[in-house]
Amino acid sequence: MKEVVVLSGKGGTGKTSFVGSFAALAKGAVLADCDVDAADLHLLLQPARREKHEFWSGQTAFIAEDRCTQCGLCQELCRFKAIKDFRVDPISCEGCGFCSRICPTEAITMKENLAGHWFISNTRYGSLVHARLGIAQENSGKLVALVRQQARQMAEKNGADYIISDGPPGIGCPVISSLSGANLALLVTEPTLSGIHDLERVLGVCQHFGVPALVCINKYDINEDNTHQIERYCLSQGVEVAARIPFDNTVTKAMVAGLPVVEYSRNGVSHQIEALWELVLKSLAK
Amino acid sequence: MIISVASGKGGTGKTLVATSLALSLKDREQVQLLDCDVEEPNDHIFLKPVITISEAVCIPVPEIDEKKCNYCGKCAEVCVYHAIAVFAQHVLVFPQLCHGCGACSYLCPEKAITEVGREIGVVECGHSDGVEFAHGKLNVGEAMPTPAIRRVKAKANRDGIVIIDVSPGTSCPVVESIKDSDFCLLVTEPTPFGLNDLILAVETVKELKVPFGVVINRAGVGDGKVEEYCLREGIPVLLTIPLDTEIARLNSRGITLVEGMPQWKKSFIGLFDRIREITGERSCSAKW
Repeated sequence: MKEVVVLSGKGGTGKTSFVGSFAALAKGAVLADCDVDAADLHLLLQPARREKHEFWSGQTAFIAEDRCTQCGLCQELCRFKAIKDFRVDPISCEGCGFCSRICPTEAITMKENLAGHWFISNTRYGSLVHARLGIAQENSGKLVALVRQQARQMAEKNGADYIISDGPPGIGCPVISSLSGANLALLVTEPTLSGIHDLERVLGVCQHFGVPALVCINKYDINEDNTHQIERYCLSQGVEVAARIPFDNTVTKAMVAGLPVVEYSRNGVSHQIEALWELVLKSLAK
Repeated sequence: MIISVASGKGGTGKTLVATSLALSLKDREQVQLLDCDVEEPNDHIFLKPVITISEAVCIPVPEIDEKKCNYCGKCAEVCVYHAIAVFAQHVLVFPQLCHGCGACSYLCPEKAITEVGREIGVVECGHSDGVEFAHGKLNVGEAMPTPAIRRVKAKANRDGIVIIDVSPGTSCPVVESIKDSDFCLLVTEPTPFGLNDLILAVETVKELKVPFGVVINRAGVGDGKVEEYCLREGIPVLLTIPLDTEIARLNSRGITLVEGMPQWKKSFIGLFDRIREITGERSCSAKW
């Protein structure tokens, strides 16, 4: 069983549209939406929810007013400035528990956070593991790790050959969590200076964690000079540019219709995405 | 006054709005642009600032003096992040897991722990054509952006106009960037993904109790459901930017909208005046 994760560094380059199409092309893969704080894959796959689970993670401090003598030690020691006027700001609290350990009157207790939910759903193309981080919650990396673990279990159980993961933007905690131990990262970029800058950083993360990468230049015709620059950069890094996909409003129309573009239309973009998926399979077979 | 620019979905045009807003206001106000998307900062590509100060962002991590340590295991017990493991004759520290809370060093009975700075990124400050600028850059391979975001935000000077460019999503880096703002602009696009993520972003700013409004970018690309949603929820749509290949081309070359198409400056000043109206109204009604 092989896992490909689709990342981009910069947001909005087309990760989810590609993953939706790969899901349709792969037939029987397990799908994982690792963008747990702004998940969109379900909008293309129209899942029917089979299981819903709570995600408990991290803690928040609570001060019992009747026991608090307002000595101020907790406020003084909290590195996250989470205690003001002898009250805990749950958004700033990082759950380290330091305050609860040093409070002379034991007025502070730590309570577990319900930090989100995760789901297993059926789609036309295979099982989908996805999640929803609670509003303003932390620990997105842990929730991503949980989604991937469930996807792996599911793939083993179903005898699926592939896991296709839709990754989050950025390079921090949830990205690292999406990437570690994957067989391949497909990096979707766009020919803008921002896209190039962000590609370099996310490729750096792949190299740091030793995950092989392929690059796809989406909307390559928006700026062909920049496209050439990306190609030269990839060449210098020994990374293959697997596809150059033109800008095509069919992709947005398919999204509005709630369908992967390869199902929505049989035009040029669909064929190019099919060819890209074949190259992804070839890389995974290596 | 602090205005943060967020979105939920990535790639909707936060950087476009933040940079053009800053440049449109600089002749009228003292303007600071703080790029808090420390994972993928892009504002500098458009503003090309002259960087005058560069400071390392460090988080305090424990260093064990094994001469003093008696391997009692207290430090490992108090560390909820599992960043310390204590063996019979050895202590292992995993600095990447450490959040720098300081519990281990404070609670060590033998006073065997000191904290040393571990660099996770950098904050750079400078200026660009009348706009004060600062951004953070998380080192590649580092997981925790929030300490770098805090350091960028510490540069904010509330006497002037502070514009904060936020990373996509709705989780901790976004919350850290938006909180304490006087207003939040949510930039979206009229597509199903844009709407889905806008709704999540709205929930987040409501939780933070920050007043907000919407900017619709690439209007005409998808459907009308974002506008319907805003209308239904009573959320003001403060600016609409059409889908336009010329705007996309400028953006791809790292040119801000108001530089490439100066006629837009008026719209961004209008956007700011609307924000001022809304926040002014709010503070008045709060008083009464």
